[in-house]
Amino acid sequence: MRLSVGVVKKALVIGGGVAGIQAALDIADGGYQVIVVEKTPSIGGHMAQYAEVFPTLDCPQCILTPKMVDVGQHPNIRLLTYAEVQRVSGEVGNFEVEILQKARKVDHTKCTGCGTCWQKCPEKVPSEYDAGVADRAAIYIPFAQAVPAKAVIDTEHCRYIKYLEFMEGEKEGKKPPQCRICERLCPAGAIDWEQEDETITEQVGAIVVATGFDLMPIKRLPEYAEDPDVVDGIQFERMLCPGGPTAGVVRRPSDKRTPKEVVFVSCAGSRDPEHGVPHCSRVCCMYLAKQAMLYKHAVPDGQAHIFYIDTRTTGKGYEEFLQRTMAEGTVYLRGKVSRIYRDGDKIKVMGVDTLSGKQVEVSADLVVLGMAMLPSVGTKDLAARLGIATDEQGFLTENHIKIDPLESTRPGIYLAGAAQGPKDIPDSVAQGSGAASKVLGLFAHSEMTPEGLVVG
Amino acid sequence: MDLSYYPGCTLKTKALNFEASAIAAMSVLGVNLIEIPRWNCCGTVHSMADDDLAHHIAPVRNLVRVAEQGSNRVVTLCSFCYNTLKRADLLMRNSPEKRNTINSFMDDEIDYNGQVEVVHLLEVLRDDVGWEAIARQVKVPLEGLKVVPYYGCTLTRPQEAAIDSVENPTVIQELMKVLGVTVLDFPLATECCGSFEIVSDPGAVIERAYAILGMAQRKGADAVVLSCPLCAHNLGQKQAEIADKYSDFTGMPIVYFTQLLALAVGVSPEVCRFDLNFGGVEALLRDRGLIPERV
Repeated sequence: MRLSVGVVKKALVIGGGVAGIQAALDIADGGYQVIVVEKTPSIGGHMAQYAEVFPTLDCPQCILTPKMVDVGQHPNIRLLTYAEVQRVSGEVGNFEVEILQKARKVDHTKCTGCGTCWQKCPEKVPSEYDAGVADRAAIYIPFAQAVPAKAVIDTEHCRYIKYLEFMEGEKEGKKPPQCRICERLCPAGAIDWEQEDETITEQVGAIVVATGFDLMPIKRLPEYAEDPDVVDGIQFERMLCPGGPTAGVVRRPSDKRTPKEVVFVSCAGSRDPEHGVPHCSRVCCMYLAKQAMLYKHAVPDGQAHIFYIDTRTTGKGYEEFLQRTMAEGTVYLRGKVSRIYRDGDKIKVMGVDTLSGKQVEVSADLVVLGMAMLPSVGTKDLAARLGIATDEQGFLTENHIKIDPLESTRPGIYLAGAAQGPKDIPDSVAQGSGAASKVLGLFAHSEMTPEGLVVG
Repeated sequence: MDLSYYPGCTLKTKALNFEASAIAAMSVLGVNLIEIPRWNCCGTVHSMADDDLAHHIAPVRNLVRVAEQGSNRVVTLCSFCYNTLKRADLLMRNSPEKRNTINSFMDDEIDYNGQVEVVHLLEVLRDDVGWEAIARQVKVPLEGLKVVPYYGCTLTRPQEAAIDSVENPTVIQELMKVLGVTVLDFPLATECCGSFEIVSDPGAVIERAYAILGMAQRKGADAVVLSCPLCAHNLGQKQAEIADKYSDFTGMPIVYFTQLLALAVGVSPEVCRFDLNFGGVEALLRDRGLIPERV
């Protein structure tokens, strides 16, 4: 006898970047309940960090923020930020998930997002959202358009939490200050020092994993200097962004001067088996071209150079965009960069131009490395908890690379966005919608017969 | 500890200072370098041609000599010899077909099947002796001396033959710090010195040497520390010509790491043969009070 089981018509989306946002909205618009779990205090993902996005140069504030707000306000969506999936059991149609809601030390039913606390908090730490090129307070929202626009306290850096830990541990040394400025100033009385981590258990029928990517850290390329004026692509996005820490005025980190010679290095880590990353990261050719163009718009008398192996512009409107970047004066040099080092005020970039067959040395003010895209930190652990496979690079493995790219190796768990492999925004959104349609297809049935489940 | 030692041609001719200082310093550290009998040319460069097996016979024969000595480990001082012997050993370990051909050709010798480990003296210092043991033997801390490390190419390339990180090696810096020397950051530590171009295109070597030494000078270095006689030659011998061409270049002492090691562990300066070095090493060390005034 084959056994039928009921389908729980509620979905879980893990990751609140643009792929997860799209998947959640499509499932919710289809009429089903969705739980969105996001590790950081706000949804938006990497896309929210970008200055403007290729090939049409619209700003994420214009095109992403409305979707973020929709997620925050959708009656069918339950948004859990600052939360992580801890355990998954059951099977397609009937998963039970345990979600860890990290303590925010702020009562979100009271917090109005007025901003008093993060303006007055005396503790400053490098901002994750600004990729370290600016600071944030220890109580914060990641960025102005954050959803939810409600503060969290970073318990690792909060002075009062440190004080409490100090008193509890009866440690030697100097006592940290009691601070509690946020608590005294909060007009809503939302600070809640008693709040602890909490585990939420939910039943869902399907799961979409959209945990995205992180860039390879620069220090994995020892031939390129660790220097404040050698930055990665996301850091440069923040430096270009009109809403960024310098309001779009490009200033190099070391001395805040506007760089007049900028070198961009494609394939920094990517397509480089010696560094353990054989894959192409797919988006770097385009975003470096975009950044060079935006840099030229911001610093018209500046010079941009791009070292490349070859340019890969396979999306709609992409090659035209690249041609425009070239026409606007960015110098393209076909070759790899062997070494980057500081020489006094300048950053020396040594490379080769394989078209002229000559060695090239550029004295730059700023160097931008198009670092390889890797699965976001923690993807492997999450995959193990979900019981789904990852590939050699740690990207989530699809059921079939060509004809079943949306389904994971476990029925009922679907993949979306860069967690499955490097992807640009259009592809991430498409895959988010695709995964949602898979979920909606599953939810069209009230009962299902899982394969292999035979009784009697 | 006894260790089989392969000298190579340069150590017996132009780099007597390298060999003498190494043997004396290692003896203080309790390591006897035993020269292998009947050694021949190392092969000079590793041939990358797939069918050029004859080229590997010289280095393999040297490894056979080590095995005949009853040893399973050989140390070199010259970076080039290290590279050629190491890569010949890797070839013999990893390519059974080529190994058979080479062994069949050398039918008077015992077969070589990778029974010898090829190491460079820097590895012995780091991995066998250890920095702490060296630190305990330092009698003359070389304080006040500022150097930049220079690895050249053959110590760290290719990756499978590298004694340290390919892109960012640190072993020379670590040794120098143990000796009390101040090590400056040096981005050109693994740049090419021009190598054999010294024969066919000395002008190119002058440009390479100026790039490297000029950077060392701008960094405020007193000397360049290295381990390769060819690098020492290329960076040292043409300094007068560099100074003629580039007026900002004022000369740069070139010293082997073993010479500073020997000096620091109390070996007499006469043994170190600083008189054979390029760029005025004697004058520098005298100026710093590290060797006595000439009488």
